[in-house]
Amino acid sequence: MRTITRRTAVFGATALTIALAVTGCSKASTGDSPSGSGTGGGSKNLNIVFIPKNLGNPYFDASDAGGKTAVEELGGKYSQVGPQTASPDAQVQYINTAAQQHASAIVISANDPKAIGDALTQAKESGTKVVTFDSDTDPQYRDIFVNQASPEGIAKAQVDGIAKQIGDKGEIAILSAAANATNQNAWIALMKKDLAADHPNVKLVDTVYGNDDDQTSFDKTAALLQTHPNLKGIISPTTVGVAAAARYLSTSDKKGKVALTGLGTPNQMKEYVKDGTVKEFYLWNPSDLGYLAAYAAAALADGSITGKEGDSFKAGKLGDYKVGANGEVLLGDPTAFNSSNIDQFNF
Amino acid sequence: MTTTTAQNPTPVGSGARTQYRAYAHPWWRRLLLTREAAVIALVVIVAMWAYSNVPYFGETDTLKYLLLDSTTILLIALPMTLVIVTGEIDLSVASVVGLSSATMGLLHEHGTGMALACVISLLVGVVCGAFNGFLVGYVGLPSLAVTIGTLALYRGIAVGLLGTTAVTDFPKDWTSKASEVIGSSGIPVVMVPFAVLAIVFVLLLHFTPFGRGVYDIGLSTEAATFSGVSAKRTKLVLFVLTGAVSALAGIYFTLRYGSARGDNANGLELQVIAAVLLGGVSIFGGRGRLPGVIAGVLLIGVLSSALRLQGVTVNVISIIIGLLLVVSVISTPVLARVSDLVARRRRARRASSVPQSVVPQ
Repeated sequence: MRTITRRTAVFGATALTIALAVTGCSKASTGDSPSGSGTGGGSKNLNIVFIPKNLGNPYFDASDAGGKTAVEELGGKYSQVGPQTASPDAQVQYINTAAQQHASAIVISANDPKAIGDALTQAKESGTKVVTFDSDTDPQYRDIFVNQASPEGIAKAQVDGIAKQIGDKGEIAILSAAANATNQNAWIALMKKDLAADHPNVKLVDTVYGNDDDQTSFDKTAALLQTHPNLKGIISPTTVGVAAAARYLSTSDKKGKVALTGLGTPNQMKEYVKDGTVKEFYLWNPSDLGYLAAYAAAALADGSITGKEGDSFKAGKLGDYKVGANGEVLLGDPTAFNSSNIDQFNF
Repeated sequence: MTTTTAQNPTPVGSGARTQYRAYAHPWWRRLLLTREAAVIALVVIVAMWAYSNVPYFGETDTLKYLLLDSTTILLIALPMTLVIVTGEIDLSVASVVGLSSATMGLLHEHGTGMALACVISLLVGVVCGAFNGFLVGYVGLPSLAVTIGTLALYRGIAVGLLGTTAVTDFPKDWTSKASEVIGSSGIPVVMVPFAVLAIVFVLLLHFTPFGRGVYDIGLSTEAATFSGVSAKRTKLVLFVLTGAVSALAGIYFTLRYGSARGDNANGLELQVIAAVLLGGVSIFGGRGRLPGVIAGVLLIGVLSSALRLQGVTVNVISIIIGLLLVVSVISTPVLARVSDLVARRRRARRASSVPQSVVPQ
């Protein structure tokens, strides 16, 4: 008993001595002077913090890699921080940290449109610019939202794609996610409009819902092919659905006869593009998205734009962009992925 | 082991000189050389190191954000400590946070006044806790199994109530209070109710017969029952307290982020339990003190805040905190083993010397 107590005492005394020696009780220096409210700074002090929904997510690894390229082109300091799981309260801590460090700008994909609002407002008050990408917050919390694609662009790319693949004639069907998914239904409505206007001979015969579940989507694809023997093509505007449909088609005798397209990720779709089940599918390029967001953030930080409608800025290799209504910047049309380019992507 | 508990009268020494282990040392030694004191010292050391070595750590904002982020865990850790001291556990706390948050959101959406919504959310927490407490105390089921069940149950109800939507239009004067600061001190206003609760819980655990009973149950439920402590009632009361405080934390969480969601505070229960164990509470019950637990929560908060400001990535922060927890848990049996070994050796020495003097010449 006594030995331990003595040992503890010795340990305590040593620890305290070390602590006092190490600290000397002087506040840590905060490096160079804070970049102020964005008017000063310049590219020398550019410091952009990327906060994805969560770390270890291939999609955000791709987008943040694009951001890194852009920040390095501008000669600034890039960092990527974020929570392990995609929850708003965990993101708040990283926003606070970036604000304390007086980062020039935060580029964030929001886990909640409102819950991180106060933290972003405080960051803005301390001079940090806020750019959202991928998932927006309510407009008053950020300076600019970099939108990956407009609903019109997404719908049109898929409709034109399937029409091209089936010779602009015949029956098609849609394999969607959940029946009440807002974005899916908006896209489907726009697709119907595009079909009626531009492709009168392509007939949408059925819309089924796979609930973004792999097995359900797989079964629904099988059912679609049975109930509609003349089906020429399937559009699946969801990454889960398009991968499950491709998996079914690749082993069925309809492979190569029924065209399939939709929104998919290259890693999931690579094998089906290579084995000929899928000719072409679409998605925005997350790397370009991060790249554009970083340039928007830099333009805000050096004061050349304020995020109001009509502002324009240069985004390196992507060219010139204009800020639209509600402080939105649109990346552009979705990227088409096919056998010629799919190996260049990893997300 | 230097941690000593007054209700654990282990006689040391032999013969006429019976000495209680708890009182074997002067008061200052009993106060300073404890596990709790070690955790508190560690908080001070880490904070001092960060103050002088981590840029921006010395600003008042750090203290504000650190305390704001820790408040939910600080609150729930108070009743959780009592529950774990009895040898039980409550894994459903984070789900109760989510359920009270969802309840509040739903009521607000339907036009109920904020004050009434808060009261009803608190009552929901009380009911959740009472259900746990009834199953554990009166039905006699193991708390681990019961609260794993209610973890899923309460979370399911919470997500079911609001679906995937979030209620966000809470009145500004309520939400701004949740992150308001006292003057320019950097200490959030919410620390005041926490301090009151902390004092109440410290008094309850360390200075009342009820608190003694809590330790007795943790050391031996049977002995406690025979000495007149009602284990059933105590456990029910503790689970109700845990439910109520978790619901309170849920209300705070909702106001702080201005967002009521069914999946709020998902996974928080493990952070709470980690902090309680880091603060020196034994998972087997019967040992631990509240000041240590509060220091445990702050240690995790200070450490992760400093590391974040240093730009350390979240995975590394998790690894460091995980290792700290493992080391702290391992240190208890290791120190006990060493102390046991030393005591045995001393006894052996005494045993070999005593007979010689007794043997008649």
